[in-house]
Amino acid sequence: MARTLARTAARPALVIEARPRRKGALWPYLLVGPAVAGFACLLVYPLARSIVISFQHFRLGELIRGGADFAGLANYAEALGGPEFWAVVRRTFLWTAANVVVIMVIATAVALMLPRLGRRMRLAVMSGMVLTWATPVLAATTIFQWLFQSRLGVVNWLLVRLGFDSFRDYTWFADGGATFAILVALVVWQSVPFAVLTLYAGLTTIPGELYEAARIDGAGPWQVFGRVTFPILRPLFGLITSLEVIWVFTCFAQIWAISKGGPGGATATLPVYAFQIAQSLHRYDLGSAVSTLTVLMLLAVLVVHLRRMFREEGA
Amino acid sequence: MKRVALNLAALGVLAVSVFPVYWMVITAFKPTVDILTETPAFWPARPTLDHFATAVRAAGFWTFWRNSLAVTVSAVLLALVVALPAAFAVARLRWSGRRGFVLMVFVAQTAPWSALLVPVYIIARDADMLDRLPTLTLVYFVTTLPFTIVTLRGFIAAVPPELEEAALMDGCGRTEAFRRVVLPLLAPGLMSTSLFGFITAWNEFAFANALMIKDQGDRTLPIWLSGFSNVFGTDWGATMAAATLFMLPVLLVFLVLQRRVSSGMIAGAVKG
Repeated sequence: MARTLARTAARPALVIEARPRRKGALWPYLLVGPAVAGFACLLVYPLARSIVISFQHFRLGELIRGGADFAGLANYAEALGGPEFWAVVRRTFLWTAANVVVIMVIATAVALMLPRLGRRMRLAVMSGMVLTWATPVLAATTIFQWLFQSRLGVVNWLLVRLGFDSFRDYTWFADGGATFAILVALVVWQSVPFAVLTLYAGLTTIPGELYEAARIDGAGPWQVFGRVTFPILRPLFGLITSLEVIWVFTCFAQIWAISKGGPGGATATLPVYAFQIAQSLHRYDLGSAVSTLTVLMLLAVLVVHLRRMFREEGA
Repeated sequence: MKRVALNLAALGVLAVSVFPVYWMVITAFKPTVDILTETPAFWPARPTLDHFATAVRAAGFWTFWRNSLAVTVSAVLLALVVALPAAFAVARLRWSGRRGFVLMVFVAQTAPWSALLVPVYIIARDADMLDRLPTLTLVYFVTTLPFTIVTLRGFIAAVPPELEEAALMDGCGRTEAFRRVVLPLLAPGLMSTSLFGFITAWNEFAFANALMIKDQGDRTLPIWLSGFSNVFGTDWGATMAAATLFMLPVLLVFLVLQRRVSSGMIAGAVKG
């Protein structure tokens, strides 16, 4: 994405001088007006509203009656002062790291494997990737609940067949760690295809002569990857990793559909936790404070990526 | 030897990526006795359509289907209508504030939408827009808008400006030049962009879950599917049939777009 856009941006923009300048000056603003209005109403305004609420006393009463008192930093103090919030933060970082590392390792391995396969096998693997990618989130969560079903699930059947008898009738979704593991498996399964197909598209742009030269110089496969492939594709790796971090960090649908953050809060990451306290406890103020902190943490994690993106695409 | 290992690894990857979907489809076609067995069958010996019949006859099925379709299609059309002029302004015109606008689009594209669930819920409640489908249309319109602008900008930039200049020389107005020269060339781009917007909106769960709370009649398919145990209990055959039917339109869209998908052109744009 970054590359295509950088390329299109580099092309000189067409400036049509056929009309008087004064009249043309308003045109662009009329054209982008509706888009700006859309972003203002449904992105900027909710974000601002969320920040305002996080500084207010805003609970069920305020939601129904309207009007809310300024509460200063009380909500932030409450969130940052409790042990639960920090447990959720630790879990969110573990969740993000586990998913992104596994996604990137598997995706890199598969993407490197693709060019070495025969034509038919490569087509088969890529079609499989597209099929996985096309699976809607809610279809996937339903399928995984069926795969890991305790008595009739095919996963338990396979594990018992392989000799792990303790998995007979094992109830995965009653255990926090097991549910967390299933959610990681689900998100990895859904995310790998995008990373593979993008990396593979990047790989095909590397001229074969570079590999040949490296091989003639006596480089082994690991060295070829470390000295040729990775340095050339570094921006692409950076872009994919950043996108995966954003998607995994803010992941909501998968977790909510499968476990609603449970059992016992074992799968409550920051977005899920913020929604929980707002929805079930009616603590919209505290939930907004947690949301704001979530966005700030995500920005801190991504600051390097964002700086590069603004430099490259700001043109 | 190395070839064999490589192909085995590829088969492994293929199996892991395809099996869950295969298992969904095959469960949907198995008779219930074959589902409720200790040793699963990996091939439907006696395929049946019973589960699809159960799913289609489930309460509200057609309502949810219609809701999903209405919300998705209207959001995508709205996004196209709004994104097309904006993309043209970004790709072809020079104006101060253009850089800022592009940055805003990129920020919006990577916005953590799940952090906006609570404020959007409150705003919708204040505006008396809860439990109403147009609210979802608006949300999906804005979530697909950044991607639509970025992609259309690419397509417009790919149309040689000389074509438009020639039309202007021949006495066309700027709008007419755009309509008669650029728009026909954009048709494939518009098509694929809107189909990807369709997938994003079709799959959306978090906002539908937060904003459509009271009235059953306003639910979309993802919400219905998320509560499958309330609908079908432990009838896994019907549940998998429902999931299959939900996935079908997306699969068709992907088949239409297959060439573009493998070219990696839409990289980074779509994800649930």
